[in-house]
Amino acid sequence: MNEKDILAALTQVFHDVFDDDDIVLTAHTTADDIDGWDSQAHVLLIVAAEQRFGIKFRTAELESLKNVGHFVQLIQTKLEGR
Amino acid sequence: MEQLPWLPPHPDLGAAISQTKRMDDPLARLTEAIRLAGYRRDFILTARLDKLVTTGLAEHAAAARLTPLRVALLSSHTMDHLLPAIRVAGLQRRLALSLYVAPYGMYRQALLADDPALNAFAPQLVVLALDARDAPLQVPLQASPAEVEAAVRERVDELRLLWRRARERYAAQVVQQTLVPADPPLFGSFEALVPASPLALIERLNTAIRDAAREDGVLLLDLAWQAAGYGSGLADPVRWHQAKQLISPSLSPLYGDQLARVVAAATGLSRKCLVLDLDNTLWGGVVGDDGVDGIQLGQGSASGEAFLAFQRYAVQLARRGVILAVCSKNDLEVAEAAFAHREMAIERSAVAAFVANWDDKAGNLRRIASLLDIGLDSLVFVDDNPAERDIVRRELPEVAVPELPEDVADYPARLAAAGYFEAASFTADDAGRGRSYALNAERKAALSQASDMDGYLRGLDMVLRATRIGAAERVRSTQLINKTNQFNLTTRRYTEAEMARIADDPRAIALALRLEDKFGDNGLISVVLARPDAAIDTDELLIDSWLMSCRVLGRQVEVAVLEVLAAAAQAAGWRALVGEYRPTERNGMVAEHYPRLGFQQRPAPMGAEREASFWRYELASRAPLNHFIQVQA
Repeated sequence: MNEKDILAALTQVFHDVFDDDDIVLTAHTTADDIDGWDSQAHVLLIVAAEQRFGIKFRTAELESLKNVGHFVQLIQTKLEGR
Repeated sequence: MEQLPWLPPHPDLGAAISQTKRMDDPLARLTEAIRLAGYRRDFILTARLDKLVTTGLAEHAAAARLTPLRVALLSSHTMDHLLPAIRVAGLQRRLALSLYVAPYGMYRQALLADDPALNAFAPQLVVLALDARDAPLQVPLQASPAEVEAAVRERVDELRLLWRRARERYAAQVVQQTLVPADPPLFGSFEALVPASPLALIERLNTAIRDAAREDGVLLLDLAWQAAGYGSGLADPVRWHQAKQLISPSLSPLYGDQLARVVAAATGLSRKCLVLDLDNTLWGGVVGDDGVDGIQLGQGSASGEAFLAFQRYAVQLARRGVILAVCSKNDLEVAEAAFAHREMAIERSAVAAFVANWDDKAGNLRRIASLLDIGLDSLVFVDDNPAERDIVRRELPEVAVPELPEDVADYPARLAAAGYFEAASFTADDAGRGRSYALNAERKAALSQASDMDGYLRGLDMVLRATRIGAAERVRSTQLINKTNQFNLTTRRYTEAEMARIADDPRAIALALRLEDKFGDNGLISVVLARPDAAIDTDELLIDSWLMSCRVLGRQVEVAVLEVLAAAAQAAGWRALVGEYRPTERNGMVAEHYPRLGFQQRPAPMGAEREASFWRYELASRAPLNHFIQVQA
């Protein structure tokens, strides 16, 4: 999967978790840009992304997520490392 | 990991949810959400389903035939991410749950320090969801068994204090979650030989919690026993360190279901009857084609043993009070003849309703429900044939129809995992229920032989025993109150604690009634709660609840019950009884109950429900009552 595919799939994950099909993600999107993206929703996003991509994030990686671009890169690294 | 495998898969649940979301009518949306909650779903779809009903659930609960219930979750781990799954699992069991979550880790304060928010919520059920990391026992690793015992005692006593608070303050039913070991063993297999090792401590604590719960009438959410079903989604250290979650969000549908089934059991909404298909469900092969000797059942082949094991599981369920029924496409004689097979574990006489014909199964399931006087929502239908399962689900959405594994060897585990028959109590009456349904069949046969009704009733030699409800009768009486829908004048549901509060009032008359006849003991068949009420005159006694098991319908039992109640009320100095009828969708059969017994309609008191009607029975001028029952009060 390239970055574009991952972003598209991740967008679908956001749509499902927030039950909102109008969310548009870019590499620069952060928690501040999306209504309801609090610490609880963050865990849901992580677990939903793990389920969608078949990967598992490490504890340390979860703390360093800054924005959607970073999220996509991390997923890509994980997918390549499989 | 696949969750809720007993629920059927939906071809595209996500799209169905999106479509439902666009519905304008909130009741239609709720009704559709209840239907969709019956499909297999992961945590994301479950949360989306929950969002469909976040508004309007309370207002439309009655119209959607849901029982509203307030549940407080007091927890030592984060629960917020589990709420959608708990509510959706509630919908699936016809419960409209409103949930209150105490701030994380504040479960003691919530109960001990008079929390105003919790007081305002007034929970009917309190869940203490604790985990093994909370308040670890302070004993050194080398502690003796006696020291461990003392520490366990102290901890359990603290829990019992919390339980008592919940009951005294809110008359709430308490559900205690058992502790799931969070940390790996220190000693390996030697662990249990060290009394104060972490796993040995938790195991000892769980045992003590279970014993205390049994004594105190507290229900368990036995997560420790269910842990295997959660795999690594339980006590995942990553989720714990990140968000203090004991249960991973991905496992929330399973947790929600397990909690909701305990809540449903406490509310009398568990299912009651296991309806079994025959060919290729109870034995291998088709008895009509292969003959009784040709079917696979019992020792000699692996698959024959697997069918036998499933039959034995059904027999065990019957022994704990689940009613057995048969629904099969077969000639009746052929189907019944199969029960003469020497390896058959289920006896023909243990089957309370036996329907074998060539009609459609939906119609036959309706017939079974009516034969047994129970609702369709009390039935679980097990059939190996996916097409039959599909038709029944479509025709009768109230009936639970589990998806089944390929191999019958896995049927018992699947039925157990689905939790249809979750219990809130177990009494001797439950153990004898199968027998009592069989007896009823004999009574029906006797009725068809008796030339006249009076002769039949006289010949039954009925004896009604009335007891004031005390500790001994409380469990069974509460159970009957919560599961009786048809012969129930007010359909008020009470927890054991609420029941104790009403019955222990010295001015109240709370009666548990048992009926024996020449065929045997019917057990507890009726409950009447009468109490003074500020809204009516001071010399009037309000019949708060009057309900009766449909098993003894048409035998004038209610007439004899009135005689007992009237005599007790008159002896206590009351001038009149006041009966109340609150119509529901299920209790139409008692709409004329009070006028039939000679009550006169009276104006409704202040604050009564609009649909309710009120009836007065003058005690001094009462006429003698006619029935054929010997009364022992």
